[in-house]
Amino acid sequence: MTPRLDIRILLPVLSLAILLAAVFWLQPRAMSYLGLNLLFNLAVPVALATVAQMIVIMVGDIDLSMGAFVSFVACVTATLVVDAPGLGYAALAAAILAYAALGALIEARRLPAIVVTLGMSFAWGGLAVLLLPSPGGSAPGWLRAVMTVKPPLVPMAVLASAAIALAAHLVVMRSSFGVLLRGLGGNARSLGRAGWSPVALRAAAYGLAGLFAVLSGMALVGLSTAADANIALRYTLLSIAGVILGGGEFTGGRVSPVGAVIGALTLTLAGSFLSFLRLSPDWQIGAQGVILIAVLAARLLFGRRAR
Amino acid sequence: MGDGTARAPGAAPGRTPIVRLDGAGRAFGAVRALHPLDFAVRPGECVALVGHNGAGKSTLVNLVNAVFAPSEGRVVYPGPEGGDGAEGPTGARRVEARRSAGIRAVHQELSLAPNLTLLENLRIAQRDLTGRGWRKRAADRMRGAFDAIFPGHGIATRAPVGDLTLAERQMVEIAMGFAEGAEPARLVILDEPTSSLDASIAAQLVAHVRAFCAAGGSVIFISHMMAEVFAIADRIAVMKDGRITEDRPARAFTQDSLVAAMGHVATEVAATARVAPEGPDILGPGHDLSARAGEIVGLAGLAGHGQAAALSRLYLSLASDWGRGRAPRAVFVAGDRARDGIFPLWSIRRNVSAARLGGLVRRGTIDRGAEAALAQDWQARIGIRTGDLSAPILSLSGGNQQKVLFARALATEAPIVVMDDPMRGVDVGTKAQVYEIIRAEAEAGRTFVWYSTETDEIRLCDRVFVYRNGRIGTELAGDAITEEAIVANSFEMAATA
Amino acid sequence: MSALLDRPWIWAWLAAFAAFAATAAISQSQGIAGLLVAALTFSAFTVLVGLGQMFVITLGPGNIDLSIPATMTLAATLSLKFMGGAGALALPGLAVALAVGLGAGLVNYALILLLRIPPIIATLAASFVYQSLAIWSNRGLRIKPPDLLSDLMLGRTLGLPNVAYIALAACLLAWVALERARYGREVTAIGQNLRAARFAGIAVERVRCATYLLSAALAGVTGFLLACFAGGAALNMGQEYLLSSIAVVVIGGSSIGGGRSNVPGVPAGAMFLFLIVSMLNSYGLGAGVRLLLTGVIIVGIVALGTRSRTAR
Repeated sequence: MTPRLDIRILLPVLSLAILLAAVFWLQPRAMSYLGLNLLFNLAVPVALATVAQMIVIMVGDIDLSMGAFVSFVACVTATLVVDAPGLGYAALAAAILAYAALGALIEARRLPAIVVTLGMSFAWGGLAVLLLPSPGGSAPGWLRAVMTVKPPLVPMAVLASAAIALAAHLVVMRSSFGVLLRGLGGNARSLGRAGWSPVALRAAAYGLAGLFAVLSGMALVGLSTAADANIALRYTLLSIAGVILGGGEFTGGRVSPVGAVIGALTLTLAGSFLSFLRLSPDWQIGAQGVILIAVLAARLLFGRRAR
Repeated sequence: MGDGTARAPGAAPGRTPIVRLDGAGRAFGAVRALHPLDFAVRPGECVALVGHNGAGKSTLVNLVNAVFAPSEGRVVYPGPEGGDGAEGPTGARRVEARRSAGIRAVHQELSLAPNLTLLENLRIAQRDLTGRGWRKRAADRMRGAFDAIFPGHGIATRAPVGDLTLAERQMVEIAMGFAEGAEPARLVILDEPTSSLDASIAAQLVAHVRAFCAAGGSVIFISHMMAEVFAIADRIAVMKDGRITEDRPARAFTQDSLVAAMGHVATEVAATARVAPEGPDILGPGHDLSARAGEIVGLAGLAGHGQAAALSRLYLSLASDWGRGRAPRAVFVAGDRARDGIFPLWSIRRNVSAARLGGLVRRGTIDRGAEAALAQDWQARIGIRTGDLSAPILSLSGGNQQKVLFARALATEAPIVVMDDPMRGVDVGTKAQVYEIIRAEAEAGRTFVWYSTETDEIRLCDRVFVYRNGRIGTELAGDAITEEAIVANSFEMAATA
Repeated sequence: MSALLDRPWIWAWLAAFAAFAATAAISQSQGIAGLLVAALTFSAFTVLVGLGQMFVITLGPGNIDLSIPATMTLAATLSLKFMGGAGALALPGLAVALAVGLGAGLVNYALILLLRIPPIIATLAASFVYQSLAIWSNRGLRIKPPDLLSDLMLGRTLGLPNVAYIALAACLLAWVALERARYGREVTAIGQNLRAARFAGIAVERVRCATYLLSAALAGVTGFLLACFAGGAALNMGQEYLLSSIAVVVIGGSSIGGGRSNVPGVPAGAMFLFLIVSMLNSYGLGAGVRLLLTGVIIVGIVALGTRSRTAR
């Protein structure tokens, strides 16, 4: 282990620990199975969306449609998957393929991903409204059961987050396939020269991101038991922030899946922390921005000292 | 076809070539980069490709390396694995044929993914590194290559390649080119492989290439360093204006005859007597080094010992990200053109005027007439070869782009010119021209701070600082600036470190 | 003719004309003149913020100002509160909006510089703070703008809406700044190669700072004008400008990667966006289909219209 790697992971871990300590200090009762479960309740879908965003950032793009897409998936899950499971799962599979196709389109035509995904956020939003004009729907039974299972000792949300981090780490950092995807973010030209198809690789990266985003939307419905077209709009910001908090960089394919999941946990916790502070609702949004800025400032200070 | 009966000029007949160009040429739109020609490389051959920038060397190499297809003629890999007719039209098939023929390339512009480790970069080049334990197999191959080529030089395998120095990255690329793989390397293309390496490591490479060829491997070697060309090659192909003008055994050439064949008269760069200026220091305390007005100060030492960092520190301490003074104190001539110098979307003219915008403003807007005059003036003075200054900068060859960067710097009134190994990959004729300009500007009172990896250039300086481990170790002046002294000081210090 | 077709913005104008013809054909009730006035009026606001966004985008990859909607809302809220409906305070009110914009720009830039974070994240995080400030200062009250200003914003001169003249003047100034002034050269140089710009002696940070100030100042003023036009500030008044300010730049033929921008494309992109939406409206489509089609059309235009960067 080089010291450099340690710093990359240490920063998100430390910010999570500090925030957790602050929450426990404010609300000692949170220091329990039930309390942790409540604190991290919504962490699973956020973590999945963050990993999806991380894969897109890893290949040098940013997905501004993440929130709209997760909302769309949630609407499909809460309606089609319940009413007509065959059609519902086919729709989800098609959504993943659509993501892969977008990746291929972006690479083949050299399009700016920011604009394509921003446009797609409208398209996904429109589809979601068509499916579910007003909040409603219900969660498939098995999904509800999975998301509310109560394992001994450690709450489900924490276990699931660890599993997500491990899976993402194995696929992205350890597998020879993940090397190709990261190489696409680092130096796409040399991949092309070595005979790899950048179009296929970007499609694969987007498809993988789509898969994680679909899982995120399904997990969200499993928790909330209903959906609406705007249910996950804030995931766009949350997922980007999570990747950055987790030590990822916007360019050059340098990311950390474990860090990204920890970043997602930190942001979820920040939401709970704010509600414990009994902040006036006027300031809830602003406080999120301030927390993001504060953590980024801390990261900078840490990074300096480490260097 | 493809049974080894093809004949290429200058090639020893008999053995089946690894790659053969049959009347292959390449044009980019209206621009003819390579005229149709025959060319072949056989096992055991070490072919040097020499010629000025823009002579067509890179195009030829890119055809061999299947980066693009020929616009006419064929590129064939007739070897046992390559198969005949493998010059398929689709990119993937072409690259596949090249790969299974065992052809690898080490590029001049470094082509590693900086976010990946050395082993992960090898995985991109070698498709069979998949499945369980691929990292271990990659490590074995990499270690084997390093031990064979650069004995005594280990490189951290866990660090991302971007954290390595330029020289280390070049070593990694070279090692990847020769590393063991599913398809063993049969022909390795080395495009300016030593441009960032210091002398001792370059010597290790030369020794390895000889051993590789003696064992039946082949190499295409591109270099502007004549000594290396003669040390390595047993056959030299001279290129000029998109054609191979001569292709003969290396012993048929002398350094002078080779330079003449390339189309320029050899210029003796030995320093003619120059009176070192006596004026007051223009750079002194507060900076790493000192310099007088009108002095040419050189930074020497082994590559990667802090010279480049010292230069950018020096430049940034004289420039400001906030100020907008009319006359900057220093200007910078980049060596890494793509990274530090070129504005790729702009015309030649705008690239020339970029550092002098302040002087061109009339009534709040840029005086475009004055700008055109400025660019024309410098085109004439420095010999930028183009008919149209409003053409895109990227339409120029590398050497001419470098001239644009010199023009940009010299067109300012800055008293100090900082140069970051700006002659990297520049042909001999251009170099001689630029040396003349530097001397003339120094006579006129400008100070030059010049980092160079080439001893010939360092000998042109009035004073030389030899770097070691990020600091100045020795200062040499006047007659004390000799190749022996520079090398001795670089190594002596490396030993005491 | 071929020189004209080489202009990056020509396609945006052609698309805008096509969309105008298509919309005019189906909306007889409104009439062509009415449609033109509506298009000029509503796209004027998009043009103003789009110009600021264009300069930011020119700075290079990663440079996008996501705080434009929140800055618009905050500036509108504070300036209307300051004027309290008094026509005599119209000019000071404008100054307040401008100051709010400049302040937001300064905060944005300070975050980018001090925290060394990508501008997208810095402006996004800051925009939450601005949004909270606007909510807090607004308190659900709806203050009317002075009648003087409302009349000015709603009024016409020579048959064309006053706001269109403001947008036209801004376009002319932006064109001079981008194509003729030193500032435009420097922004463009930074967008192509930041390191090279620094080594060419360009005062990189000064230019970046000025650009973020410019974008936020334009957003502040636009928020002020929009609130006067709409008869008050609403908390979601800036929302749609998040996408449209970026979209008009790209539809107009500027490179989202920076280093290559043009001014004439911005008004064309803004007109096109407005006309597409009103066309979908006149077909009487529901919100879902409208959103879907807007998204698909934007992606389609970008896919067809983007030319890859100069080949190496």
